[in-house]
Amino acid sequence: MHDLAPLAKRLPLILISYLIRRLIYALPIMLGVALVCFALVHLAPGDPLVSVLPPDASAELAARIRQLYGFDRSYPEQFFSWLWRALQGDLGTSIATGRPVSSEVFRAVGNTLRLAAVATLIGFILGSLFGFVAGYFRNTWVDRLASFLSVLGVSVPHYWLGMVLVIALSALTGILPASGAGPGGSDRWTWNWEHIQFMVLPALTMSVIPMGIIARTVRALVADILEQEFVIGLRARGLTDFGVFCHVVKNAAPTALAVMGLQLGYLLGGSILIETVFSWPGTGFLLNSAIFQRDLPLLQGTILVLALFFVLLNLLVDIVQGTLDPRISRG
Amino acid sequence: MMSSLNTPNVSALPVERSQGYWAGAVRKLLRDPVAVVSGLIVLALLSLAVFGPWLAPADPYAASMFGRLKPIGSPNYLLGSDELGRDMLSRLIVGARLSLFMGLTPVLLAFVIGTSLGLLAGYAGGWINSAIMRTVDVLYAFPSVLLAIALSGALGAGIFNALLSLTIVFTPPIVRVAESVTTQVRGRDFVEAARASGAHALTIVRVHVLGNVLGPIFVYATSLIAVSMILASGLSFLGLGVRPPEPEWGLMLNTLRTAIYTQPWVAALPGAMIFITSIAFNLLSDSLRSAMDVKS
Repeated sequence: MHDLAPLAKRLPLILISYLIRRLIYALPIMLGVALVCFALVHLAPGDPLVSVLPPDASAELAARIRQLYGFDRSYPEQFFSWLWRALQGDLGTSIATGRPVSSEVFRAVGNTLRLAAVATLIGFILGSLFGFVAGYFRNTWVDRLASFLSVLGVSVPHYWLGMVLVIALSALTGILPASGAGPGGSDRWTWNWEHIQFMVLPALTMSVIPMGIIARTVRALVADILEQEFVIGLRARGLTDFGVFCHVVKNAAPTALAVMGLQLGYLLGGSILIETVFSWPGTGFLLNSAIFQRDLPLLQGTILVLALFFVLLNLLVDIVQGTLDPRISRG
Repeated sequence: MMSSLNTPNVSALPVERSQGYWAGAVRKLLRDPVAVVSGLIVLALLSLAVFGPWLAPADPYAASMFGRLKPIGSPNYLLGSDELGRDMLSRLIVGARLSLFMGLTPVLLAFVIGTSLGLLAGYAGGWINSAIMRTVDVLYAFPSVLLAIALSGALGAGIFNALLSLTIVFTPPIVRVAESVTTQVRGRDFVEAARASGAHALTIVRVHVLGNVLGPIFVYATSLIAVSMILASGLSFLGLGVRPPEPEWGLMLNTLRTAIYTQPWVAALPGAMIFITSIAFNLLSDSLRSAMDVKS
């Protein structure tokens, strides 16, 4: 046992160096993401000031506001000063409302995160169940049914599914509210039925996408694991079906969890259509109003925050998977 | 005696003429019932897109003050009418052209651009590879829906801008697939042999590489069609793609949102068309993947 001690001491070091290397790899990506977000504003046709200036504004006023927003400086200058301020949490001022972009975005991110997390959880639980059953009874009618359901899940236009659910459970029957995030337009979320009933339809709608993808992944994993020799070995040793089940779960879990983490990231960025259908006051809703009011700083800031969330989530998934799964090389 | 030993009834062996890779895949597809059914649905949708204006029973643009929001099965309005009194059946049929065009074009463009860039990156290697692949990494760091909406939101509404943003969204994943298969093929002996025999790089890529990488890239690209259909209609649904009064399923769904309390099932029809299209393309792509024996 004495020669294991140094290894145990070294292990955190290996992990820390792995962490640092992953972070260093992610930095240029984040810089690139920031560059794309910055470029979006300058990609846009027309002057970004059009929406804030009155049509009869004098040239002097226009020049002053241009200077105020920093549009009079060179692109690299603008980029780095924008980046520097973004690093300090200052994403500029919304042209439409005059409020700081960061406070608007962070309030909306909370709502979106809550919705996306619940949807991912529902999708993960049901998707794993379907996928597991399909993989366990592979090549039977159960498998074919479950696989067909997961094709439906990945094929459905989710904004339309949202409308259909509203029609069925709200417009025709009045069981659940059709839109908003709380009674009387309340924007302070609490975990009681008054509020949760507003989340049921959007969360169910949103959960369909990760459900289909997780079901497909878990089915492939389980079918693959069950065909490996160690499972035959376990059976030969007289393990019960439940015992085998535990081994399969243990082997499938890291990949399935990684897929779940990535799906959460996709939902955070992709919630705009669903939030529009349900008037959910999250980042998607914010993006929608930023686009149609041509509020470019708000658009830029929201996209930056969402994309960075996605990059960080990817990084986190990689790191967790790397630490859980000994086969993934950290060397 | 020697001759009889050397030629042991060779001619009697069941020698089949070698079928091409693509011909073999098509033969396998035709034996797969799921592929045949989904292929027929795709064919039907494509013929709607081509012949729609001649098949539609009524003018899809003709509004009628007194024929607004008729239920499904009304006389003259087999599938009801929309909020301006236009015939839903005709609009759904004629809408196939624009909806499929908006969904298929970005994947086609991304297939051509992505394959070229991926081949270039994979075959050239070095700094060209780094430049292309690092750019792709950055675009890949955005969730696809977010990137599509951000780009078309910044560029402004319109068919061209929507197609441009979707092409930008679908090119990076295709470049990744193309680059990885090209890198694999590049290291194979027959490419090495061709290079040793003095073949020009372009000839090697055209003759030896392209034939071996096109299959997997093609299969991957077909799997993007369903997503592209959903996203393209989604952009129009948000008001960022096709503009009224053109019939397009996503836009129709958007304008009918106000009608979900009066004619709920009429309002849901355009989405059902998107759903059917996307299921058919997904099933066809899955069958294609197994027929061409490509690992996901």
